[in-house]
Amino acid sequence: MGWSGRALPWVAAAAGLSLCSGLIWGYFFTPDDIRQGSTVKIIYLHVPAALMAINGYLLMFVGALVWLIRRQHVSVLAAKAAAPVGMVMTLIALATGAIWGQPMWGTYWVWDPRLTSFLILFLFYLGYIALWAAIENEDTAADLTSVLALVGAVFAMLSRYAVLFWNQGLHQGTTVTMADGAQQDNISNVFFQPLLLSMAGFGLLFLTLLLIGTRTEVRSRRLKVLQARERME
Amino acid sequence: MLHVSNLSVARGGMTLLSGVDFALNAGQILVLRGANGLGKTSLLRCIAGLQNPVDGQITAPETVAYSGHADGLKGQMTVLENLAFWSSIYHGPSPEVALDAYELHALADRPAANLSAGQKRRLGLARMQVSGCALWVMDEPTVSLDADNVALFRAALDRHVQSGGAAVITTHIDLAIASAKLLDLTRFKARGLMGSTAFEEALE
Amino acid sequence: MIQLFLRDVGLSVRSGGGFGLALIFFLIVVTLIPLALGPDQTALAVVAPGVLWLGALLACLLSLDRIFGLDFEDGTLDLLVTSPLPPEAVYIAKAAAHWLTTGLPLALAAPVLGVLLNLDFETGKILCLSLLLGTPALSLIGAFGASLTLGVKRGGLLLSLLVLPLYVPSLIFGAQAVRLAGQGLTYDEALVLLSAISLGAAAILPFASGAALRINLR
Repeated sequence: MGWSGRALPWVAAAAGLSLCSGLIWGYFFTPDDIRQGSTVKIIYLHVPAALMAINGYLLMFVGALVWLIRRQHVSVLAAKAAAPVGMVMTLIALATGAIWGQPMWGTYWVWDPRLTSFLILFLFYLGYIALWAAIENEDTAADLTSVLALVGAVFAMLSRYAVLFWNQGLHQGTTVTMADGAQQDNISNVFFQPLLLSMAGFGLLFLTLLLIGTRTEVRSRRLKVLQARERME
Repeated sequence: MLHVSNLSVARGGMTLLSGVDFALNAGQILVLRGANGLGKTSLLRCIAGLQNPVDGQITAPETVAYSGHADGLKGQMTVLENLAFWSSIYHGPSPEVALDAYELHALADRPAANLSAGQKRRLGLARMQVSGCALWVMDEPTVSLDADNVALFRAALDRHVQSGGAAVITTHIDLAIASAKLLDLTRFKARGLMGSTAFEEALE
Repeated sequence: MIQLFLRDVGLSVRSGGGFGLALIFFLIVVTLIPLALGPDQTALAVVAPGVLWLGALLACLLSLDRIFGLDFEDGTLDLLVTSPLPPEAVYIAKAAAHWLTTGLPLALAAPVLGVLLNLDFETGKILCLSLLLGTPALSLIGAFGASLTLGVKRGGLLLSLLVLPLYVPSLIFGAQAVRLAGQGLTYDEALVLLSAISLGAAAILPFASGAALRINLR
């Protein structure tokens, strides 16, 4: 609790700074794409949000695992706090995707594998959050949601491949790969640098919201302890 | 057969009992007494392995026969079928023994749903017989039994302990079992919060 | 474990056990679809594989909360967990009983109901086969979901919310196999993947569900 409180303003400031500069750079100081025109600029929202949507679930998975193995309360509370943030990121990715899809594909929604996967991911987030909300006892809820997060992760992966099998899709391939440090030729530096900045911004934003959420959860648990103690006295 | 040392028991995040110590040998009956809400049921659930204790140790046989507030009967199945099912789950003795002990022969082919409350309870208690377990853990076994049936239960319990079994029983009426040890749980009463250690520090 | 399986099968066949309700629901869904979509035979044949798979899946979903719910309410589950039977075995016995009383009848009824949707007999056979291979996963995943929502009062809707996303891969591969078969294409791959999910679920979920049962009864 101590360090996170001190780190929070710095992380928040870094998030705001990189997000603003990344988005402003991306929106106003990059040229239009030859084929896609200025609509391409939505990638500065779309791609980072999609990235954090997936990372959010990954984080929940790790948090759940640590809780089940080491019984660290903070890790499961972090997983709990990550869920709504990840869900909103998924929603942003879906919404910006739909807005981008309209001029590009002529329709807001196609049952393309990526879009479908994200919709399914959204449902997984909903289920996790709903299970937390439904169980009164906190430790039981923590245990059961963690089991769900682990099993859900396996099935989310499976769904991803199943959806690919089901429909090969319209969505353009991944244009940003950072596998070996040097980015591929399919996205030029002009677009890539501000994108990288806004991805960092989204990452830091996620971290900020996660810290706030986790701190709130920890505080609400402490409050419950204090209230219970007061009732007894 | 059963050894409980320094046990703390909680329900709903509140520690109810702490420092509970007792031991039970084969051939003994232990009757736990205490007011409502003291934590008798939670203690029994810990012994049966249905609940984790907050602290302390329980040494008990690997499987115990547990009987709680609900009888766990299937209304669509007959009395005999209910007993036969539990007998096969526990790999225990045949249902005949249990039918004898609780004079259930006349009811053997009746669906359990048609039994009265007292008859259901008798069937629930008869289930302990077919478990074949040495240790019986029973929560308020005599609820809704009349005097005759309490006598049947006492007889069954006597036979069980004489053949090397043991039993832990909670009750709020006097069972009048001469051989039983009595343990009043009131002196282990605790007032505290469990699982709060992770959130102990005060708010900054 | 076998006794528990037999008891569950027996109970569901007896009065009040709910056997057959899933089948009736399936029949109703298949009746309502042409009423909603119009009586055009070719259009019905196109949607038939998907509709039949979805109908079977929803029918399966209906009976999930009974898997553990009844035993939880009358205290049987407490007794089962204290018995020598591990919770994992309880889960396997109950999921298997659910499959035998729900999944299997649905799979056998599907080609017959397919006639109502102008599904030809050859494709109907593949539909039956795909349901036979896919419904075990539906029962296993459903029983896992039921073990998670055990302590939740009126958790039926929550159970559906948890289970439906987990059903996605089975639904995709199952319906895809039938669709491919209907178009005269090769469908082996989809069936293999469908069976893989059922086998994988049978390998992993007993442990997850056993843990969930322990947590819920604690």
